[in-house]
Amino acid sequence: MSVHAWELLSNRAVATAAILYFLALLSHLVEWSALIGHRRTTAEERVLVNAGDVADIPPAPSADVTPEEETRAERIALFGRIGYLLTCLAALAHLTAVVSRGAAAHRVPWGNMYEFTLAGTCIVAVAYVLLYARLKLAWMAPAVVAFVVVVLMVGVLALYDPVEPLTEALNSYWLVIHVISAALATGAFTLGGIASGIYLLKRRRPEAASGWMSRVPALDTLDRVAYRIHAFGFVLWTFAVLITGPIWAHQAWGSYWNWDPKEVWAFITWVVYAGYLHARATAGWRGRNAAILALVGLATLWFNFIGINYFSSTSQHSYAAPAVSAPAVVSSNV
Amino acid sequence: VSDVKDPTESRAERAERERQHPSPIRELTARELARWSWRQLTSMRTALILLLLLALAAVPGSLIPQENIDSVKTTNWQAAHTTLTPIYRKLGLFDVYGTPWFAAIYILLMISLIGCIVPRLAVYWRGLRAQPPAAPRNLTRMPGATSYTTSQSAAQVTARAQEVLRQKRYRLRRVPTDSASEGAPQAVAAERGYLREAGNLLFHFSVIVVLVGFAVGSLFGYKGGVIVLEGDKYGFSNTLTQYDDFAPGSMFKASSLNWFNLRIHDFHVDWLKSGPRQGMAKGFKSDIRYQTDPDGPTKSYQLEVNHPLDIGGTEVFLIGHGYAPVITVRDGEGNIAYSGPTIFLPENQSFLSFGVVKAPGAKPTGLGLEGLLYPSEVNLPDGTPVNVTGDIGDKTAAVLSLQAFKGDLGLTNGPQSVYTLDTSRMTQVTASGGRAFNLHVGDTVTLPDGLGSVTFDDVTRWNKLQISQTPFKHVALGGVILALIGLMGSLFIRPRRVWVRARETADGTLVEVAVLDRSGNDEVGAVVSGLVAQLQGRVEEEDS
Repeated sequence: MSVHAWELLSNRAVATAAILYFLALLSHLVEWSALIGHRRTTAEERVLVNAGDVADIPPAPSADVTPEEETRAERIALFGRIGYLLTCLAALAHLTAVVSRGAAAHRVPWGNMYEFTLAGTCIVAVAYVLLYARLKLAWMAPAVVAFVVVVLMVGVLALYDPVEPLTEALNSYWLVIHVISAALATGAFTLGGIASGIYLLKRRRPEAASGWMSRVPALDTLDRVAYRIHAFGFVLWTFAVLITGPIWAHQAWGSYWNWDPKEVWAFITWVVYAGYLHARATAGWRGRNAAILALVGLATLWFNFIGINYFSSTSQHSYAAPAVSAPAVVSSNV
Repeated sequence: VSDVKDPTESRAERAERERQHPSPIRELTARELARWSWRQLTSMRTALILLLLLALAAVPGSLIPQENIDSVKTTNWQAAHTTLTPIYRKLGLFDVYGTPWFAAIYILLMISLIGCIVPRLAVYWRGLRAQPPAAPRNLTRMPGATSYTTSQSAAQVTARAQEVLRQKRYRLRRVPTDSASEGAPQAVAAERGYLREAGNLLFHFSVIVVLVGFAVGSLFGYKGGVIVLEGDKYGFSNTLTQYDDFAPGSMFKASSLNWFNLRIHDFHVDWLKSGPRQGMAKGFKSDIRYQTDPDGPTKSYQLEVNHPLDIGGTEVFLIGHGYAPVITVRDGEGNIAYSGPTIFLPENQSFLSFGVVKAPGAKPTGLGLEGLLYPSEVNLPDGTPVNVTGDIGDKTAAVLSLQAFKGDLGLTNGPQSVYTLDTSRMTQVTASGGRAFNLHVGDTVTLPDGLGSVTFDDVTRWNKLQISQTPFKHVALGGVILALIGLMGSLFIRPRRVWVRARETADGTLVEVAVLDRSGNDEVGAVVSGLVAQLQGRVEEEDS
C-alpha cells in the first residue's frame, strides 16, 4: 500500500473509532441513567463487594425486589455490556488507526502532537479494555469513554497534521523510548486523575444507594486505586522526563537541561506529583487534599501538552514547526 | 521521606516524653531558636511546602522570555512592555532560574532533605538490626485480623506459620514471644519490606547527588555557538575570541578550554523530494576534520544531529545550517570594498535566507546591501518571486535579491549585529524602475550614480555548531538513575508485620492472625485471607 492509502486508512479508522466511542458513551449513559432510583439487586451487590476487594463480608440481602426492578436490572446490565462491546470495537479501530499511521510514515506513530494524541488516547482505551474484567472497571466506563472521545476529537479538529517525515532532531531511537514512556505516564496520570475526580464526587454522597454513584467502589478503595495508578505513572514520568529526556536533549541540542518551557512544565508536573505522593505518605493528606493535588498535577500535565504552545513559541519541543536556528550574533565591527 | 506509621509509640509514651522534657512558656535562647528553626525546616510539612513552592517559582520562567534562553525575544518583549520591564528586571523575572529567590528555595529544600535523611539513617540502621516486635496482647483488635479454630496443636500451627512466612521471605522474631510452657499461647512475629525505607533514603540521597551534579555542570561548564563556513579554507579553533556567542557558568575559567581546531571538509544535505514538506531538509551531515593538538594527526568525524563529537570532554553539536552567497562589492573607484562568503540566515523551512553586506570603506560613499537569497526561485505569472525548495541544486535557479543603500553605516556608534543594517543615516539606491537588484550566480550589476558594482560569485554553505562543556553530567545522570531505583523501592515494596498466635482451648486450637500494613497504602484483607488459607493447607495464592 502507498503512503496515501495508509494515511487514508488511518483517517477512516479514526472516524470509525470516534463514532463507536460515541455510541459506547451513549450506551453507558443509558445504563447509568437507568441506575437513578434503582436499588442494587443481590447479584449486583456481590459483584460490587468483590470490586471493593473486601472478600468475606456477606452481601446484604435485599428483600423486596419487584419484577420491574428485575427488568430494569437486566436493562442496566444489557446496556453496560453493549457499551463495553462497542468500546472494544472502537479500541480495535483506534489501534488500526495508530498502526496504519505508523505504516504511512515509516516510523513510530508519535512524531507530532496529533499522533501523540492519537497514540496516547489509544493507550488509555486499550489499557481500559484489557483491565476491565481484571480490575472490575465498569464504574469508570463513562468517564474513560467520554475522555477518550473528547480528546481524540480535539486532536482531529485542532492538531491534525498530514503524514510527514520527522524533523532532524526527532530522528532518533530516543523518540521511541522517550515518547512512549511519556505517553504511558500521561495515560496513567489521566486514569489516576479520573479516579481522583470520581473520588471527590463520591465524597459528597458516600452512602448513595441508588444512581450512578452507587456503582462506584468505596471511598477507601478509590483513594487506594488512584494512589497506585499515580505511583506507577510517577515512576514512568521520572524515567521519561528526568532520564530519557535529558539524554536526548543533550544529544540533539547540546545541553541536557535547557529550561525550555516544555521542560519546565514537565518538571512542574513532576514536582506536583512528587508532592502528591509525599503528602499521602507523610502529611496524612489522604482523601480530599491528595485528590485535589492529583487533579492539579493532571492540569499541569495537560497544560504542558497543549496550553503552553499558546504562550511560548521559543520551545524546542514545538514539533509542528521546528524553529529555524537564528543565531544572535553581536559584533562591534564587520 | 515518608513516615512509616508506627503504632508501637503510643500516645502514652509520647505524653511521658513530653513530661520529662517540659516546654514552659519563656523567652527562647539563641540556641533554642536555632534548634526550633532547624526542626521547622526539616519537618515534613516544610519539605512539602518547599516542593510545591519550587513548582510555583518555576512557572514565570516558562511564560516570560528568558534572557539566557532567547535574548532576541527578551529584548523585543522588553521594548514592547516599558512599564513592566523595570519591575520584572528588579524581580529577576528575565532570568528566573538564576535569581537568589529561586536559589533560596532549592537550597532550603536541599538542607531540609539532608536534615530529613541523616537522622533517619540512624533510625533505619537500628531498625534494620532490630527484631520484629513481639505480638501485641490483643491481636484481634488490629484492623487486619482474623481468627479460626483448628484441630492441630499450637506447636504445629506456629511451626507451619514459621515455614510459610520464611518462604515468603519474612524476617522472624528469634525468641518465642511468650513463655513456651505447656498450654500457654505460642506466637510468631514476622516482618518484611525493610528495603522500602532503604529505597526511600536512596531516592532522597540521589536527589542531592543530582543537584550537586547539575550545579557543578552549570557553574563550571559553558555553552558557545559558532558559525563555520564549509571548506578547508575556513575553520574554527577553540579559543574564546572565535565564538559568536558564549555563555559561561559563573565559575568557568578560560583555561579550561581545551585545544583543538576543526574544519568542515564537506557538507551534505538530504532534501525531501516529495510530500507536504517537499523542499525541506530531511537530514544533514558534515564531514569534519579536526586536530586535538598542534602536532597531532588530523582525524575525521561524521557530524550529524543527535551524533555529537566528543573531544576530551568538550562536545561539538551540529544544530543548523544555511547558505552563504559569495559576494564581491567594487566601489566607484574600482577597488574591492567587500569580498567573500556572507552568512545568510534562513527565514523558513525552504531556506529563503536573509543577509547583509557592509562595505563602510567604499568610495565615494559607504555602501550597505541587504536582501534575500532564493535557493531556487520561480516567478509567478504576476512576477512575484517565490522560493520552491531549499535544494540549491546546480545553483542555476538561485537568485540574490538585494536592496542597496549609500551613506553612513553607523558602525562607529557602538556594537551592531552583523545581520542587520542600520539605514537611518543612509539613502536607498535602486535599479531602473525602482526595483531591487536581482542577480544569478555569475552576474554583476552596476550601481547607479557611479557607486560601484556588486558581483554574485558563488554560493557556499555554513554550519551552526554548538560547543559545550558540561562537567559532572554523568554524576547527574547516575544520580537520577539511582533516584529512580530508590523511588521504585519506596513505592512498590510493601512493608508489613504479621503475627500468628495459637492458643489451645477446649474447642481446639484458636489461631489468631493479624497483619499490619506499614506503608499506609496497602490492603491487608487479601493478605490475611491468603495467609490463613496457607496455614490451613489450602492452596490459595496471596495476591500481593
